[in-house]
Amino acid sequence: MNWGSTIAIKTGSFIVGEDFWRGVVAVIVFLLFWETGSRSLGWFGFAFPWVSQIPPPTAVLRELSQLIQEVSFWQSVYLSTLRVFEGFFAAMLIGIPLGLAMAVSRTFNGITFPVFEVLRPIPPLAWVPASIIFWPTQEMSIAFVTFLGAFFTIVINVIGGAQSIDVRYFQAARSMGSSTWDIFRRIILPGVLPSIVVGATVGVGITWAVVVAAEMISGGGSAGSMGGAAGGGLGFFIWNSYIGGSYTQIVVGMISIGVAGYISSAVIRKVGELMTPWLAEG
Amino acid sequence: MKTSSPILAPNGKPVARSEPVRKGGVRIVDAVKMYGAQGSGILAVDHCTFDVPPGEITVVVGPSGCGKTTLLNAIAGFHSLSSGSIYLDDEMLCGPGKLKAEPGPDRIVVFQNGALFPWKTNIENVAFGPIMQGKIGRVEAYEKARDIMADAGLRGVENNYPGEISSGVRRRVEIVRALMNDPKILLLDEPYRALDSLTKSVMHEALLDIFYKNRVTIFFITHDLEEAIFLGHRVVIMTTRPCKPKKILDIDIPHPRNYGVLTTKRFREFMDETAAAVHEEAIKAFATGEMER
Amino acid sequence: MGSAPPWRGAKVKSPSMSETHLNVTPQTLSDNTEHNASIWTLTMHRVSMWLKSPRPYLMLIGFAGFLGFWYLSVEVWKLPRFAEMPGPTQVITEMFSRDPVYGLSIFVEEYYLHIWVSIRRISIAFFLATAIGVPLGLFLGWSTRFKQYVFPVFELLRPIPPLAWVPLAIVMFHGSETPVIFLTFLASFYATALNSMLGVESIDVSYIRAASCLGANRWQVFRHIIAPGALPYIFTGLQISVGVAWFSLVAGEMVSGQYGLGYVINTSYTMVRYPTIVIGMVTLGIVGYITSAGIRLIGNYMMQWRTRELALGGDR
Repeated sequence: MNWGSTIAIKTGSFIVGEDFWRGVVAVIVFLLFWETGSRSLGWFGFAFPWVSQIPPPTAVLRELSQLIQEVSFWQSVYLSTLRVFEGFFAAMLIGIPLGLAMAVSRTFNGITFPVFEVLRPIPPLAWVPASIIFWPTQEMSIAFVTFLGAFFTIVINVIGGAQSIDVRYFQAARSMGSSTWDIFRRIILPGVLPSIVVGATVGVGITWAVVVAAEMISGGGSAGSMGGAAGGGLGFFIWNSYIGGSYTQIVVGMISIGVAGYISSAVIRKVGELMTPWLAEG
Repeated sequence: MKTSSPILAPNGKPVARSEPVRKGGVRIVDAVKMYGAQGSGILAVDHCTFDVPPGEITVVVGPSGCGKTTLLNAIAGFHSLSSGSIYLDDEMLCGPGKLKAEPGPDRIVVFQNGALFPWKTNIENVAFGPIMQGKIGRVEAYEKARDIMADAGLRGVENNYPGEISSGVRRRVEIVRALMNDPKILLLDEPYRALDSLTKSVMHEALLDIFYKNRVTIFFITHDLEEAIFLGHRVVIMTTRPCKPKKILDIDIPHPRNYGVLTTKRFREFMDETAAAVHEEAIKAFATGEMER
Repeated sequence: MGSAPPWRGAKVKSPSMSETHLNVTPQTLSDNTEHNASIWTLTMHRVSMWLKSPRPYLMLIGFAGFLGFWYLSVEVWKLPRFAEMPGPTQVITEMFSRDPVYGLSIFVEEYYLHIWVSIRRISIAFFLATAIGVPLGLFLGWSTRFKQYVFPVFELLRPIPPLAWVPLAIVMFHGSETPVIFLTFLASFYATALNSMLGVESIDVSYIRAASCLGANRWQVFRHIIAPGALPYIFTGLQISVGVAWFSLVAGEMVSGQYGLGYVINTSYTMVRYPTIVIGMVTLGIVGYITSAGIRLIGNYMMQWRTRELALGGDR
């Protein structure tokens, strides 16, 4: 049945198209399924296999409205966001010049790229112990791991972007008498910008994942804690909620991270669009 | 071959005819295509009416972006018309009540940038049509494909992928792929646009060769006037967007033609007759900054 | 379809910027290589050209520099921060000793047990993610209506990082294996599905139109045009997916579960067995690389048309 068009016609809304309403319908169906599944034990007398363990959306919503009012919650949000941006900006600051150097100089590339490629498959989290041993404070060790997460993605994207700049742009610039520095500034940098934006958008997502993971691991973990004092942040919040048995808080935490991650990516993408106006359609 | 379509009057309306349109003939009647919402859209095709006689090569010439590809797409069934109708052999392809035709093997398109499937070998490409339609078995289809390719001078590249051969050869394989299906009309959308002029001249003769063997109706779009007059039985010169037939010529240079025709007096006369008209439209297009597709 | 710039070589749209490729420019192929050459000949040719270039030697310089720095800073100069870390000689002796101090080396059975456990988990998760993700992604790209219904829900759940699912996964699934596999599956699934979808959307509409002209029905178009056409993107997606899978697996193993390389790294830290940490990391790197390269090789084999095209420099 064509639910989307039905609703669109009934509300007489032509401002937002049919496809929007179809999406809304799907989300509502999803939420209904979730709600029924969660309450299946109470309503039907038997529990749906996995969904029944999850707290229902209504309870989550209630919990969310309560939590929003608590300072400690926002403190966690703040801490996580801070860590994300620290790591992310460090990765950009180091990654972009490094990537450019690797793209521009074949010699430099020949020396550094293989080492880079060997280190890349090692998941960032595998660096956590080494990082903790090396860095004096826990905060810095988390920041280092976060940095690593985004770093590899950004460098790869920068290299790819630089390599795909049409050689004819260089030829045109040279024939018009540009110096090497000019070429770098006016051809390579703008040409690489779109790839940097892509790398950054993906990188921010990875950074969030790493931050949450690192917070969880340092806050707890079946193999034992990795350091005591510092903690906090949304990852820690989720883990804590689990230990404390408050399942609704777990879901609230997950949603918060999801929202925060989405907003970060959207912001980066928007900034990227503003910086590359020539890519816009029309 | 006797043409069955008369010359059109200046107002675009066909003069009354007595004969029915034969195999592969297309008639476009008052076609209009508007993109975008009512009232604020872009008019691409402005009340076009002309005939494509069956068994002949009709070439449409016009500046880039004028809307000629839209017409081709409407015949092929990729785009709908806003109004008007198109007939194929007196059967309505699209028109009032059915604004979009169904794509089918009776009207096969050869695309501007080539649409040979890169992941299939050349012979798999050529045999694709009949196998999909289920008309003949696989073994038979491949045999027939081999024959038809050898016939067109394409022996030896059967098992290569399109990416491994030159673009000129690719184009010929694509035409052969179309012909395998015995189409009523072949729709060619600036197929030689991206080729250098040396390859182009060879391609022209190859196309004529294929035409003489098969006598399939050809509807050919180009922006190159010389190509148009060389190939066509009939040349339709379009205005810049929105397109409308500006001038229609029946080229009476006898077939079979070869490249020697280019230097004949008659050819030059046709060029004289049409060059001014085409140039005028080209200037208009340039002035309005038509974007290349 | 004019000539491609000489250093690009690829005519078909290259989907991924994170693919690493040897920069073989078309000019390096000598003229007497037949264009009917087999993949093997082409590969051998490329390898021999590589060996003649300065690249292998620069590579050695790079590794020497890296290892040298590590060695010097930890074992010789004993720089402040580095003193605590295990140095390369320590790690190497440990890794290759028949009776390792901390219990793990290539001669110890337990080492391979951990590798096997991790690989087993990844295989299950990856296989499931591919089996569900590729068709779903293809369908999302192919059917606008389906996408309108499903994509918003898909996108809603995507920003939640894999590890954030751990507690919920533990709550939902009992036991310690399933949550870890579920995590890994999720991360992998999203990458695969998204890239498959993009793959379909990247197919030039002319191919679909040509197929319709030639008489193919919707299902035939899907089978002969959409599926092969999306393959390059699908394989990029699979490579990303494997990378993400390792990421999530290690995270999951560090937090919950027993055995596996993530677990090794975690416990080595808590039990103050530092060289083993590095052994674990190195192993992860090697295994991760092998899985990624394996997928790339399979992709190259399945898309021979593309490999050949790239090797010959695209448009001629």
